[in-house]
Amino acid sequence: MLKILVFLIGMNADRITEKLNILADAAKYDVSCASSGSKRKNENKGLGNASNGICHTYTEDGRCVSLLKILLTNHCIFDCAYCVSRKSNDIKRAAFTVQEVVDLTINFYRRNYIEGLFLSSGIFYNADYTMERLVRIAKKLRTEHKFNGYIHLKSIPGASDELMREAGLYADRLSVNLEMPTEEGLKLLAPDKNRQDMIQPMNFLKKEIIQRTEEKALFKKAPQFAPAGQSTQVIIGATPENDQQILYTANHFYKNFNLKRVYYSGYVPVLSDSRLPALNTSVPMVRENRLYQADWLMRFYGFHVSEIVDQHNPHLDLDIDPKLGWALRNLQAFPIDINKADLQLILRVPGIGVQSAQKIVSARMFGKLNWEQLKKIGIAVNRAKYFITCNSNSFERRDLTGTAIKQYILSQSQSKYIKAATTQLNLF
Amino acid sequence: MTTLIYDGTFEGLLTAVFEIYERKLSYVKIRKGEWLSTALFEDVLQIYTDSNRAARVLKGLQQKLSNEGMKRLYIAHLADMDDEDSMLVGYIRYVFDSPHNVEEDYGNKYVLRLSEMVRMVRREKHRMEAFIRFQELADTTFYSAIEPDFNVLPLLSRHFKDRYTDQKWIIYDLKRNYGLYYDLHDVQCIALDFSTSSPSNVISAFSENEGLYQRLWQNYFKSVNIPARKNTKLHMRHIPKRYWRHLTEKF
Repeated sequence: MLKILVFLIGMNADRITEKLNILADAAKYDVSCASSGSKRKNENKGLGNASNGICHTYTEDGRCVSLLKILLTNHCIFDCAYCVSRKSNDIKRAAFTVQEVVDLTINFYRRNYIEGLFLSSGIFYNADYTMERLVRIAKKLRTEHKFNGYIHLKSIPGASDELMREAGLYADRLSVNLEMPTEEGLKLLAPDKNRQDMIQPMNFLKKEIIQRTEEKALFKKAPQFAPAGQSTQVIIGATPENDQQILYTANHFYKNFNLKRVYYSGYVPVLSDSRLPALNTSVPMVRENRLYQADWLMRFYGFHVSEIVDQHNPHLDLDIDPKLGWALRNLQAFPIDINKADLQLILRVPGIGVQSAQKIVSARMFGKLNWEQLKKIGIAVNRAKYFITCNSNSFERRDLTGTAIKQYILSQSQSKYIKAATTQLNLF
Repeated sequence: MTTLIYDGTFEGLLTAVFEIYERKLSYVKIRKGEWLSTALFEDVLQIYTDSNRAARVLKGLQQKLSNEGMKRLYIAHLADMDDEDSMLVGYIRYVFDSPHNVEEDYGNKYVLRLSEMVRMVRREKHRMEAFIRFQELADTTFYSAIEPDFNVLPLLSRHFKDRYTDQKWIIYDLKRNYGLYYDLHDVQCIALDFSTSSPSNVISAFSENEGLYQRLWQNYFKSVNIPARKNTKLHMRHIPKRYWRHLTEKF
């Protein structure tokens, strides 16, 4: 009897391990792993809380692992060309039960492996049926297990408003992936999907979040509704959109849908399809990085999207960051005096980040700053020196062109992306 | 040049500052520990911690610094970094000798160094919040061993108490040989005696499921990696090797 029991436990452990491997592997191309922006407190003597976001570990490709990111199932009725779980792909399929997801989440959380759960799913049967399962898991965690950790649910395009509303009551963040930056791209690669189906739940959530926030201001006891807001993801490099189209799309969604984040996911060639880049194409990691830098400029540095990309510069320069790119196109705005200029202007200097800019503004009230102090505060002097003056007689006096500055900066810096740097010949 | 020797406590540090002003010393060095009369011609002063004197210095500081500024000074001292006590004394003297609140005068070397120290300590604290891995023991206590660069255990107490209210846990600093124990009500400081049982023996009594969840986590860690994006340098920067010993996914 005991032997059989041990055997059953053993089999169960193997089965759950296999499911986890399949369904974590299928979920990993969703890059969002944020666990921040929520304010869920542990007030019921339950398990966990959600506040500032913690990366509990990092994969070997250097990405943050903050949440248990899994699909409920990789069975899917759709056939999107870019997706590993597409219907026509011949892979192993699996599905978790509700209880299995709950147990994994709770037990990982108790060991401090994760901040919470990121649950997505292939679409089985139909949108509502799938969404209903996702919501049921979140509900069970919150109500039966008093789980206050972070929960990110994928909104299934086409799910009903009722289910979306319920999802918002249990989840911290909801997201619908746009998948492709433009409608044409989506039509090409995901003929079953409809952009309107994605925008509709986003719109619903936006309105609901605004309404609930107003309620919350009036009645403190009003329930939280998706306190960490909503986000989306676009795949980069699978379709021929340029950076201008991508960033304008992102800007549109930040402005009109109050999104917290837009994620850019460099396409990893996993499938062979005539509509897609070939299997041996490398992941556009540099481009992805430049897009994130541009995204940061829009959200934290006060840049308008049209300053970063326009008709004449539809692509971000891969060699230099977009802020430097902007500065080189706008040399007439420089040099600025670091001891006098507004914070907004200092933020626009290449080589100065948000924290350094704030430190500069605080520190200069006590006395004028020189190069040595600026360096210690943490600015990248080798880039900033072409654009600023400070309390020193030495500054860039030459009237350099943008191209010349770019050359000087590139020759001094070791780009993390140039793998096979052209080494000079050694004569001796 | 006078060398001040103090007992390593925050009160001791403040008493030392009191002595500096009372004796009108200008060039000082300060270090923790016992007075060893090795250097014959060195001018050494042993500081005897005095809570009244410390309180007077503390009161003076409170008039010059904001609450946040006081907290930062305390955190920087708590961290127990090597050879940084002279910087702290320099900072306190700069605070007293200036007519205004100078805690944001980042052009000053003491202020900047203090902000760097605080940043280092807070980063270590944040890393511990991320890298602590509990293992469930048979008696349902969750045990974790750590070896942080700085003494951050006191700063961790609140985070873990707020988060894990319904499970007993121990976080033990093997380097400094003390730990925190939460018994479902309060957090206490404890010291374990490893002379009779080695640290690895303490965790020999795992709960039944512990092994399973450790393996699942290790599998999960492998599954989420995208080999096409391999970036070892970035990986190592985020999780320096010295933390690996206690990370379940790196066992």
